[in-house]
Amino acid sequence: MTERLRVENLYKVFSKSPEPALRMLAQGAKKAEVLVKTGIVVGLNDVSLSVPTGAIYMVMGLSGSGKSTLARCINRLNEPSAGRILLDGQDIVTAGEAELRDIRRTRISMVFQHFALLPNRTVAENTEFGLKLQGVSPRVRRQRAEEVLSIVGLARWGNHYPHELSGGMRQRVGLARALATDADVLIMDEAFSALDPLIRTEMQDELLRLQRSLKKTILFITHDFQEALKLGTRIAIMADGELVREGTPQSIVLEPGSDYVAAFTREVDRSRLFDARSAMNPVQPVPLAAGLSLAETGDGGGLVLDDAGLVVGALDADTLRALRTGGTSLGNLLRKDFVTVHECDSLLDVARAHRAGRPMAVVDGAGRLTGTLAADRILAGIASTPPQAAGGPHA
Amino acid sequence: MLDADDLAVFPVDSWIQDGVAWVALNLRPLFLAIKWPVEYVLNLNIYLLHEIPFLAFVAVAVLLAWRLASLGVAAFTAIALVAIAALGVWSEAMTTLSLITTAIVICAAVGIPIGIGCARSDRMWGVVRPVLDIMQTTPTFVYLVPVVMLFGVGTVPGEVAVVTAAAPPLIRFTNLGIRMVETEMVEAGLAFGATKRQLLWEVQLPLAVPTILGGLNQTVLTAMVMSVVVAMIGAEGLGLVVLQGLGRLDVGRAAVGGIAIVLLAMVLDRITQKLAQPGGPGGRPLLRSLRGLFRADRPVENQAVAGKTVGGPAIANPDQ
Repeated sequence: MTERLRVENLYKVFSKSPEPALRMLAQGAKKAEVLVKTGIVVGLNDVSLSVPTGAIYMVMGLSGSGKSTLARCINRLNEPSAGRILLDGQDIVTAGEAELRDIRRTRISMVFQHFALLPNRTVAENTEFGLKLQGVSPRVRRQRAEEVLSIVGLARWGNHYPHELSGGMRQRVGLARALATDADVLIMDEAFSALDPLIRTEMQDELLRLQRSLKKTILFITHDFQEALKLGTRIAIMADGELVREGTPQSIVLEPGSDYVAAFTREVDRSRLFDARSAMNPVQPVPLAAGLSLAETGDGGGLVLDDAGLVVGALDADTLRALRTGGTSLGNLLRKDFVTVHECDSLLDVARAHRAGRPMAVVDGAGRLTGTLAADRILAGIASTPPQAAGGPHA
Repeated sequence: MLDADDLAVFPVDSWIQDGVAWVALNLRPLFLAIKWPVEYVLNLNIYLLHEIPFLAFVAVAVLLAWRLASLGVAAFTAIALVAIAALGVWSEAMTTLSLITTAIVICAAVGIPIGIGCARSDRMWGVVRPVLDIMQTTPTFVYLVPVVMLFGVGTVPGEVAVVTAAAPPLIRFTNLGIRMVETEMVEAGLAFGATKRQLLWEVQLPLAVPTILGGLNQTVLTAMVMSVVVAMIGAEGLGLVVLQGLGRLDVGRAAVGGIAIVLLAMVLDRITQKLAQPGGPGGRPLLRSLRGLFRADRPVENQAVAGKTVGGPAIANPDQ
């Protein structure tokens, strides 16, 4: 995974003479301390992170944590006080006026919390705003605006004014405007926070759907941990201007690392966050008969695989024992009532599919068996204990 | 016992007298340069407004009032203009209107750029603001003395006084309008790579238009008041009618002038006030209105189609 955006030791203090505050921060002082001693507000304190290409990178924190300051430093709506921001290796912080303008026009675009649509322009005119600033000819930019408007599902709304649209639709326009310039990096500053819960969910789904084909690098600022979990490929959690935890959603929920982060993860619905793979027992098939192998399920029985790794049937414990003592032959003893789930299925779906007494096979995209699941593993995955620790006799 | 009059030892009046006399004598080219464009625009306006036939003027004014404001204002405009003509002061009213339209043109040409400059530079605003304070708190009477000394008497010096009095509100409102544009809008402009000039023309000025038009309304009313007062330094128009009435103790004549002034002021106020009111959230009063002059409101395309998806496309199929 290549890296699109890299933030190195970024500081932001809100003062015309930042040096004393920066010196204190360099000596390990915290935000509150600097405020008391110098009266200077610290926005960012030594933040470093790396955003992979094509990721939805969530920056999560409560108000005052510096998350918006971080986003706004990326396109320098806020001037960083110290540190580097590398976009494809190019330092944005030291970019000159013209260079910065060019970066803002073609490489980083932004979606705002309160949409920031110009009320005196139609939806289409708002969408082509960035292109107009670049000096793109009216015909070309209108065509592009219509293209992106249809991508966000507003194909017929070009001639309407923003005030005629609902909140969700307005933010679609905001998104279309950001997409129109074809920038690789999208900064979404609390983009869905001003929307109703239902519309917000819908917009989140929409963003995930769009991202599958657009593959932009998205820096998404939010105060909503659920949103961060749902959208994020990675999450950075901020507090008091510092990065306190960074990682994949699953890893953060599994190991919050601090009480501050644990306070967010406590309420998480793990059954939706974790997939079958995270809870399953990986299998080690052993040869059973000609062209067939056996993957034990842990309850004495097992799943029978063909050469390609596809599950052909299940054996219960008694049959398997009889088979091993040589009493019978495989023949038609294979049970076909095993349950198959995909390894990417959420534990919620796995739990729904589970049937008592029937073995459960976890398969990959090609249908090959990768693991098995039993009720205890599913429950351990959904409960707060890490699945690894809940393995029991067959861990 | 100290008497107040004992302290009156500084001959401030003669100092100022000498100062103004010196300025009038030595800076004459400057005042001529100021006077020239005012005179040019004023004479053009006086010529146009007096040449245009009465009925044509009424027709144009009613049309403007209808498209820029409303049908009610249009009806009021028609009645008021006919009433002014019936009072027998039509020509004087047109002269007063010339003074006002000239003030609008010059105030807009000078005041809006100054207002923009003030909005973009705190230092400039720091200089301009006390000047505006002085200009706006000085009684209109007091303008007249230096104007007479520097520009002489007559309609053109009167116009200079009108412009001087009418410009401050427009400068203030332009400055205010631009500064009041939401930070997020300005940031949206910046985030998409607007230059300073683009930011001004694409974001700040369009969004400041309603406020600037509010300032224009104030400018028009101040110009109206001042155009009457400057009759005292020899400017023609409705003010002169009132002044003559006063001079001859001819109450009837003075009242005729007064009524015509009120009618004209109301017409101007109603039309310019409507301009400044945004037509609903996000309306663009001036542009939309001006556009409306030339064509009927464009029917929104596909409205019928869009209307079919109940609840709007927020819940429509996103894959379309």
